[in-house]
Amino acid sequence: MSVLLSVEGLSVSFTTYGRRSQVLHDVSLAVPEGAQIALVGESGSGKSVTMKTIMGILPVPPAKVEGGRILFAGRDLLTMPERDRLRLRGTAMSMVFQDPMSSLNPVFTIQDQLGTILKYADRRLGRDRDRRGRRVRILEVLAQVRMRDPERVARSFPIMLSGGMRQRILIAMALLSEPRLLIADEPGTALDVTTQAQILKLLKDLVTENGLALLMITHNLGVVRQTCGYTYVMNRGRIVEHGATQAIFEAPAEDYTRNLIAAVPRLTGRNG
Amino acid sequence: MTASPVLELRDLHKVFPLRGTFGRVRGEVRAVDGVSLSIPKGQVYGLAGESGSGKSTIARMIMGLTRPTGGDILLDGVSILGRQASLAHRRKVQMVFQNPGASLNPRRTVGQSIRVPLDAHGFPGNRQRRVAALLEMVQLPRHFAERYPHELSGGQKQRVAIARALAVEPRLLVLDEPTSALDVSVQARIIELLEDLGGELGLTYLFISHDLSLMRNFAQTVGVLYRGRIVETGAVAQVFGAPQHDYTRLLLASVPVISAEEEAMRPAIPLINGEIPTAEDLLALRQQARSKERQA
Ligand SMILES: Nc1ncnc2c1ncn2[C@@H]1O[C@H](COP(=O)(O)OP(=O)(O)O)[C@@H](O)[C@H]1O
Ligand SMILES: Nc1ncnc2c1ncn2[C@@H]1O[C@H](COP(=O)(O)OP(=O)(O)O)[C@@H](O)[C@H]1O
Ligand SMILES: [Mg+2]
Ligand SMILES: [Mg+2]
Repeated sequence: MSVLLSVEGLSVSFTTYGRRSQVLHDVSLAVPEGAQIALVGESGSGKSVTMKTIMGILPVPPAKVEGGRILFAGRDLLTMPERDRLRLRGTAMSMVFQDPMSSLNPVFTIQDQLGTILKYADRRLGRDRDRRGRRVRILEVLAQVRMRDPERVARSFPIMLSGGMRQRILIAMALLSEPRLLIADEPGTALDVTTQAQILKLLKDLVTENGLALLMITHNLGVVRQTCGYTYVMNRGRIVEHGATQAIFEAPAEDYTRNLIAAVPRLTGRNG
Repeated sequence: MTASPVLELRDLHKVFPLRGTFGRVRGEVRAVDGVSLSIPKGQVYGLAGESGSGKSTIARMIMGLTRPTGGDILLDGVSILGRQASLAHRRKVQMVFQNPGASLNPRRTVGQSIRVPLDAHGFPGNRQRRVAALLEMVQLPRHFAERYPHELSGGQKQRVAIARALAVEPRLLVLDEPTSALDVSVQARIIELLEDLGGELGLTYLFISHDLSLMRNFAQTVGVLYRGRIVETGAVAQVFGAPQHDYTRLLLASVPVISAEEEAMRPAIPLINGEIPTAEDLLALRQQARSKERQA
């Protein structure tokens, strides 16, 4: 499998009140075409900064990329012209955000919001689609995320939908532009465990059905094991260990990973 | 004679009026719909359930913050209803909340926060020394008394919240999702602390959580709450090992686990059109099956 996204030696710092602190240290990771890759770490470890740097939404300043490359399909995102980068963001790679309520606008219907995103995506990709064409695509994508009644959902306002349905809308938004890579930051974290299980299954089914690559960012080791075959473990801005998920969970090489796994309570009770 | 349980809930109900626009009552929410449970001294009772199932409403009624619309609450065999919640009642039950950041006053030092309940209950003896002893109990250095909440990590804040809850020597601690905002390594140490304190001080816990794996390890007895009712209860090993109710099975099947042993333990849930069913789907299916059986 060829590598779709490759982060190489990425270092990022933040300067606040004149004090510089480095939050990413020489981070490298690779997402092969069509693969499901996890980036796991405790809060503050640098997962979201990594994701934001990849997506090009890092606030610069206070942030500064100190070094490294981010190759997407062989091209360096950090040095390519802004226009090309904008074209890639939200088209070839899409984000699924954590918090549905803050990513949705309460005063617009779902079809209005999906329509706006689709219009942008179409313009970036130079696609021609009229109002009716957009409506067809919106209903299609709502069905794709397993909405039982796409017509009704399309006419709804966010407040009328449950948390799980809103999370599905965010996934639909990410799918609209037919990306090759989905980056999901803590999907379903705010949801109940049964709804979270549904969302994770949906994400997994969608990426396999459509041959998408998935970069799953999470603090939850159980979520990692459920969705991704390969895992990067992050601590204090460094990748401490990476490998096949099963191998890492069964025989972690690093003390940090071992302690992290040991801290997770088991459904089987103490010590299995 | 056997001792009374520390906490007993008898057919507890709480109905909220459902108001529409202009405050007109349009119906009711049966937030808690006939909950009975009892917790013997020194035990941890785990109350599991998803958001909206009624967990916090039960906690608030036990704390005397809201009155039940039916049923009774007994502490050490004595009803706390009837009169308004007395100071003595409030001393017996303390609560630790989910969000340690929000439950501590940002303008008070740690020491001042812990002193609030001591002053309110007229704690006899040297209160400053008591604060120091409480900090030691939760394994924080004494000089933390001078610190402000923003200078503390999430785990340290939760230790302060526990120290404050223990200040007036309660019998029962109600823990409402006490670790759900913390990283797992921090959570593990807080749970360890709660277990140690429980043993040393003979505390009884009502542990509210949606984290079933954590509950399996911390509680002896579990009650699964669904729409204001306990649909299944028993020893935690029993309920998790051989769940009887569809909803318990769905909950267990949904837990993201990290080992093959745990995976083997999760019940298999039939997919509906390739999708994981919702609780409502499952219960509707069971209803259908029942009525078919009756017809046959
Ligand atoms: N805008 C910012 N200004 C200063 N520091 C930041 C900013 N965003 C993130 N950081 C710091 O970068 C580190 C990593 O943060 P983040 O990537 O959000 O962690 P995670 O997503 O793994 O929880 C943290 O120490 C955080 O304080
Ligand atoms: N003050 C209130 N007024 C009206 N309804 C309420 C009130 N408090 C809770 N409810 C309702 O009662 C049900 C149970 O809520 P809650 O006890 O907070 O659940 P949980 O803590 O399990 O998430 C929910 O349907 C909620 O909307
Ligand atoms: Mg983050
Ligand atoms: Mg609650």
